[in-house]
Amino acid sequence: MIEQGSQAEIVRQSLKKRYRKERRFRMYGRVAIAVALASLLLLFVDIIGKGYTGFIKTTITLDVTLDGEAMYLDDPTDKDQMSMADFQAPIIASLQGYFPQATERSDVRQLSRLVGSYAGNQIKDLLVDNPGLLGSTQTLEFLVHDTVSVYVKHAGDEAYSVRLSDQQKGWVDELVEKGVIDTGFNDVLFSRGDSREPTNAGILGAIMGSLLTMIVTLVIAFPVGVSAAVYLEEFAPQNRLTDFIEVNINNLAAVPSIIFGLLGLAMFIGLFGMPRSVPVVGGLVLALMTLPTIIISSRAAIKSVPPSIREAAMGMGASKMQVVLHHVVPLAMPGMMTGSIIGMAQALGETAPLLLIGMVAFIVEVPDGFFSSATVLPVQIYLWASSAEQGFIELASAGIMVLLAFMISMNALAIWLRKRLERRW
Amino acid sequence: MNTMNPTVTSETGAGVVEDKVAPVKEERPAEAELEEGVTVGTPYSDDPKFKLRNVEVFYGESRAIKNISLDIARNEVIAFIGPSGCGKSTFLRCLNRMNDSIDICKVKGSLQLDDNDIYDPSRDVVELRARVGMVFQKPNPFPKSIYDNVAYGPRIHGLANRKSDLDDIVENSLRKAGLWNEVKDRLDATATGMSGGQQQRLCIARTIAVSPEVVLMDEPCSALDPIATAKVEELIAELSESYTIVIVTHSMQQAARVSHRTAYFHLGHLVEVNETNKVFTSPEHNMTESYITGRFG
Repeated sequence: MIEQGSQAEIVRQSLKKRYRKERRFRMYGRVAIAVALASLLLLFVDIIGKGYTGFIKTTITLDVTLDGEAMYLDDPTDKDQMSMADFQAPIIASLQGYFPQATERSDVRQLSRLVGSYAGNQIKDLLVDNPGLLGSTQTLEFLVHDTVSVYVKHAGDEAYSVRLSDQQKGWVDELVEKGVIDTGFNDVLFSRGDSREPTNAGILGAIMGSLLTMIVTLVIAFPVGVSAAVYLEEFAPQNRLTDFIEVNINNLAAVPSIIFGLLGLAMFIGLFGMPRSVPVVGGLVLALMTLPTIIISSRAAIKSVPPSIREAAMGMGASKMQVVLHHVVPLAMPGMMTGSIIGMAQALGETAPLLLIGMVAFIVEVPDGFFSSATVLPVQIYLWASSAEQGFIELASAGIMVLLAFMISMNALAIWLRKRLERRW
Repeated sequence: MNTMNPTVTSETGAGVVEDKVAPVKEERPAEAELEEGVTVGTPYSDDPKFKLRNVEVFYGESRAIKNISLDIARNEVIAFIGPSGCGKSTFLRCLNRMNDSIDICKVKGSLQLDDNDIYDPSRDVVELRARVGMVFQKPNPFPKSIYDNVAYGPRIHGLANRKSDLDDIVENSLRKAGLWNEVKDRLDATATGMSGGQQQRLCIARTIAVSPEVVLMDEPCSALDPIATAKVEELIAELSESYTIVIVTHSMQQAARVSHRTAYFHLGHLVEVNETNKVFTSPEHNMTESYITGRFG
């Protein structure tokens, strides 16, 4: 028998130990959260630091004389002449106005490399639309060449000036000082498809591609997933076949995504003869990939509906179908939605399966339908990140930011929906 | 084969057992003492609503209800009492086939409601449950508004075509459940925000909104405080004028207060059925006596 005094002493000592343990446990938690937050901060700082220049475009504003003689063009409506004409000439002439001593052949070539290679097309398009402008002088804004763009945006950083000659740097510095070369918000990024020229490349094509693909994925995966979950939870007989299906659904959730790409390639493109690189096939593949996630989370949501509600409805004489549709599904909906949106976010960031069905192609046009060739955001980022031009690297970072913004808004939507639909009992 | 006893009287049991013997726990009487299919007292009635003969219920291999025969008379309140696990809830749930949803549960024997077999394969269980409503142990209102809770049954059964009809049904049901004055100003409020007692009365209102013939109550007051319990008991007394009520209860005082007849279950056997005051004053079976005097259970 322990004396009372000594027992209290023992308890007191063990209390100390318990509190110490508790404090230690809380510390672990705080450290874990701090590490997670620090990693997140590092990620954001790195991406934003590298990528914010992707949202800046560099332009050069020139007074261009559309001199027919210099362009070898006297009739802008003549297609043959238009295809032969030299639209670069007026731009070089205009630049020579700033630098009259640059007349040598090599100087002219270096001058022409200050503006982007699509600048000539801009003049051509202008003349096609307004043939009467031939011979007049226009103030036009052109995108500068990629090398100039990164040089201007990273002024003073040696790493970004290696591809310009000292002479070009001198010119650019002068033009920047005069305000001829200027920077602004990169609207090109959000209004065009991909391009070989970083300054001219936009992410709109990939955004549209992702959007179309996600629509297909959602339209297929959500109803199929929820129906499968409802059937398995509420109606399926408890037998070996059901168990077998269950095990396989759980296994499918763990299958590497590239396998689904192979499946899509063999089935949708090989067997059904669907076109390559299109959002429909991409959406179908991602729907297959997302289904297990949706089914598993929906089943968990259905399981969490209290049996008392089911009993209440059944006791009222509701049929099985009515119990499910009036009570179980509405109560499980927030959980089902959360699972589905997590699955969708996963699909949005998926690259591997889409590579196999050809959504990795270089596509300039912005897709306008479910059957037009398209690429998606993560694939676009992958394509840009593996390009040599420095301009593409910052575009890749900008693309990551756009993708992250998409994900965060999807998650915000999920939380909002859950809060709206959540019912307490 | 049946000894038809005279009609069951409908006077409420007044003789509440006051002289509860101090709970000297004796060993539980062995099952061998009970003879299968033998019930003392007055299990049969002249005017049965339910006619139940040789009912057996199996959960997989185990036999939860052992050869029970019982009549439940029209417009009577019958209380099922007995220790936990004696099968009274299981038996109750056979009456509107709530056991159907349990795969391993099998019911044998003849169960008739107004001379129609309840377990006839061609019988529509939805129609049965519209006639035999149920109130559960824990208040389980739907997480919807008070109005929608009561209107749910009439809606799914198509009992009201017009909004005004539905309004009438809701008001009448809430009035009968003694809840109208408390909630008439907040019919759109969510039902889960009410107190436990109000929730249970709402569940009763919801059940009687479809005008069932029978109301089954599975320990309706076990989650309520004494005041809410008193209200529900009053309600049962009023409802007994127009409904047949079967109530499972652990409270013997409650059985004595609300019921006309009391059935004592033990380990799946129906030991004794008698008028309530008889059960509580002079039980025929010695096991009934042991139970109500608190010697076990």
